[in-house]
Amino acid sequence: MPASVTYALGVLGLPFLSFLVLGLVPGLRRRGRAAGIVSTSAMALALVIALANWRLGERAEAVWAWLPGDGGPMATVGVVVDPLSIPMLVLVCLISFLVQLYSLGYLHEEPAASLGRYYAWQSLFAFSMLGLVLAATFLQMFVFWELVGLCSYLLIGYWYERPAAARAAVKAFWVTKLGDLGFVIGIVMLWSATGTFEFAVLFRMAREGALPVAGLGLAMFLVYLGAVGKSAQFPLHIWLPDAMEGPTPVSALIHAATMVTAGVYMVNRAYPLFALVPDLLVFIGWVGAFTALLAATMACVESDIKRVLAYSTVSQLGFMMAAAGAGAPAAGFQHLLTHGIFKALLFLGAGCVIHMVGTNDIFRMGGLYRAAPWVGIPFIVGTLALAGIWPLPGFFSKEAILEGVAHAHLTVPFLMLALTAFLTAFYMFRVVFIAFFARPHGPEHGHHVPGTMDVVCRFLGAVTILLGLDFLLGKGLLTSGEQAGAPAWLTALSLVLAVGGILLAWATYQRHAVDPGRLAILRGIGGMARRRYGLDVLFGAFYRGIMLGFSRLIGWIDRYLVDGILNALSALTLRAGAGLRRIQSGQPQDYVYGVAFGVLALFVWVQLFR
Amino acid sequence: MSLHAYLVLAALVFVIGLYGVLTRRNAVGILLGIELMLNAVNINLVAFARFHGDVAGLIFTLFTIAITVAEVAVGLAIVIVIFRVRKTIDADHLDLLRG
Repeated sequence: MPASVTYALGVLGLPFLSFLVLGLVPGLRRRGRAAGIVSTSAMALALVIALANWRLGERAEAVWAWLPGDGGPMATVGVVVDPLSIPMLVLVCLISFLVQLYSLGYLHEEPAASLGRYYAWQSLFAFSMLGLVLAATFLQMFVFWELVGLCSYLLIGYWYERPAAARAAVKAFWVTKLGDLGFVIGIVMLWSATGTFEFAVLFRMAREGALPVAGLGLAMFLVYLGAVGKSAQFPLHIWLPDAMEGPTPVSALIHAATMVTAGVYMVNRAYPLFALVPDLLVFIGWVGAFTALLAATMACVESDIKRVLAYSTVSQLGFMMAAAGAGAPAAGFQHLLTHGIFKALLFLGAGCVIHMVGTNDIFRMGGLYRAAPWVGIPFIVGTLALAGIWPLPGFFSKEAILEGVAHAHLTVPFLMLALTAFLTAFYMFRVVFIAFFARPHGPEHGHHVPGTMDVVCRFLGAVTILLGLDFLLGKGLLTSGEQAGAPAWLTALSLVLAVGGILLAWATYQRHAVDPGRLAILRGIGGMARRRYGLDVLFGAFYRGIMLGFSRLIGWIDRYLVDGILNALSALTLRAGAGLRRIQSGQPQDYVYGVAFGVLALFVWVQLFR
Repeated sequence: MSLHAYLVLAALVFVIGLYGVLTRRNAVGILLGIELMLNAVNINLVAFARFHGDVAGLIFTLFTIAITVAEVAVGLAIVIVIFRVRKTIDADHLDLLRG
């Protein structure tokens, strides 16, 4: 077994071990903090192994038989260690570890038993996500895909006694299931056409042109539907903003850095197959760009800091998908990695802010920079990275995406993405100016931020800056090194867009030179965006109209047809019994009559008819 | 007298007994009707024994008489017990088993 496979199995096994220990030893789980320390140290060890694996940088693949079948196994499991999974392993381990560390501070007021449950789910999530990343076959990926969905459900509903959280958990679960339905049908269609789930075999067939192209388009579209659900693409993006009901570290880990990017990762992993269906790629690009723009407009009018970040995640996922659609999956993947780092930073920073002021509403914050500069600075670094300011990593990866989309001559998606880049800078700095620099409201926000949270934020801020420097020096830590320089006009354009967005936000919310209510984007579509373009209502109506209508029909059939027949049968039996009991008069002489005339009738029958 | 005449007599006695069983309202009367029916059978048995020269019929008759006595003893005892409990032996009122 190659060393990298051993490393990968070690990375995969540690969180699972931690989950098993926490699951099977209730005494440890109910201790809360101790459970957290077990889970966090397992993640720390996994991170070390993942880093060692990264240094090793060896490609390897190992496959084992799983489901037996006639003539070779029907399904296999395995691990793939390649330039796609190696950095992803590091990202997942790093963010998981930091989030678990951060949670020790963020959730320190939770009851010990709940905290133990939280860490058990966190370990299970880390295991599932790593398994998804390492999966060598579609089927294996699907299993882990569902596991991360389950963990997402469990962790969104961590405060399950709150109705909003319980509703959000169920909504997230069902909306993503809608996409997963397509995913599993697509996988089975691929399997019935080729007889294998393995990526390597499928890619080889794709290279040799041995794949039947006729049914491939539909199968790949169905597979893509899974990514639409998981990566919150239009129109299934509606679950992600509601998922913010979960604890903030969960939002940072699952709904920003790792799980929601699983869809993008899957499209990247299966890209040689998607590449065979160019029409589908164009479609993916359009949907991605449209999602990015739609979510960005919604973020501009949101006042809940976590929801702004959630919409920005949807928007950035749209960017990554658009890159894949434009035939530049590497750019999308790069953005996935950088976005994972700075979006986790933003969420964890937002967690610190929420911890300090006890509210999510940005209009009830203000003056936070002066109150806590050490919370403010990492948050602003993350914001600059997201807005795409040189030389932070967001600038480089976003520029690469724009370049890819422009290169593919997708003009309208390119314009949508450019507008989104402008809006991104605007809405992020809207949050920064309102929450950190506006005049403080009410009394001083004195709630102390625990040290672990602070340290994690600063560390992530430092990582963001270092990544930017790495891009600047062209070391290519995250890239394969074949980075062609973007044309100068594009560099200038993305900088102008980002700076323009920041300036507009500054003029509007800091100088008050522009009335926010009169900005065209806010006035024209602001109302619609505030109502989320009616999509939630539409889905609700769809659910009520079709699903409930269908359920009522089934209910009617069950109640009146199935039950009706049984009720009629039982009523008939009762009626017949009631009629027949009358012949039981209880008088002995009646019975003698019966016997006497019965015998007589027998005699007559024997005499006359035999 | 031929065997036929005995058989007709036995049939008449049997039918009279049956009529009594079916029409009497008094439980003792019903028992009497049953006695008549049993004795009609006895007449048949004795007549067949006499005309066919077979002693088995006589032995059967002896058995029947003995059993009849036992049956009447049990039946009358039941009637007495019913009378003690229900204060009547009218068959029309003894309908506890009505469905």
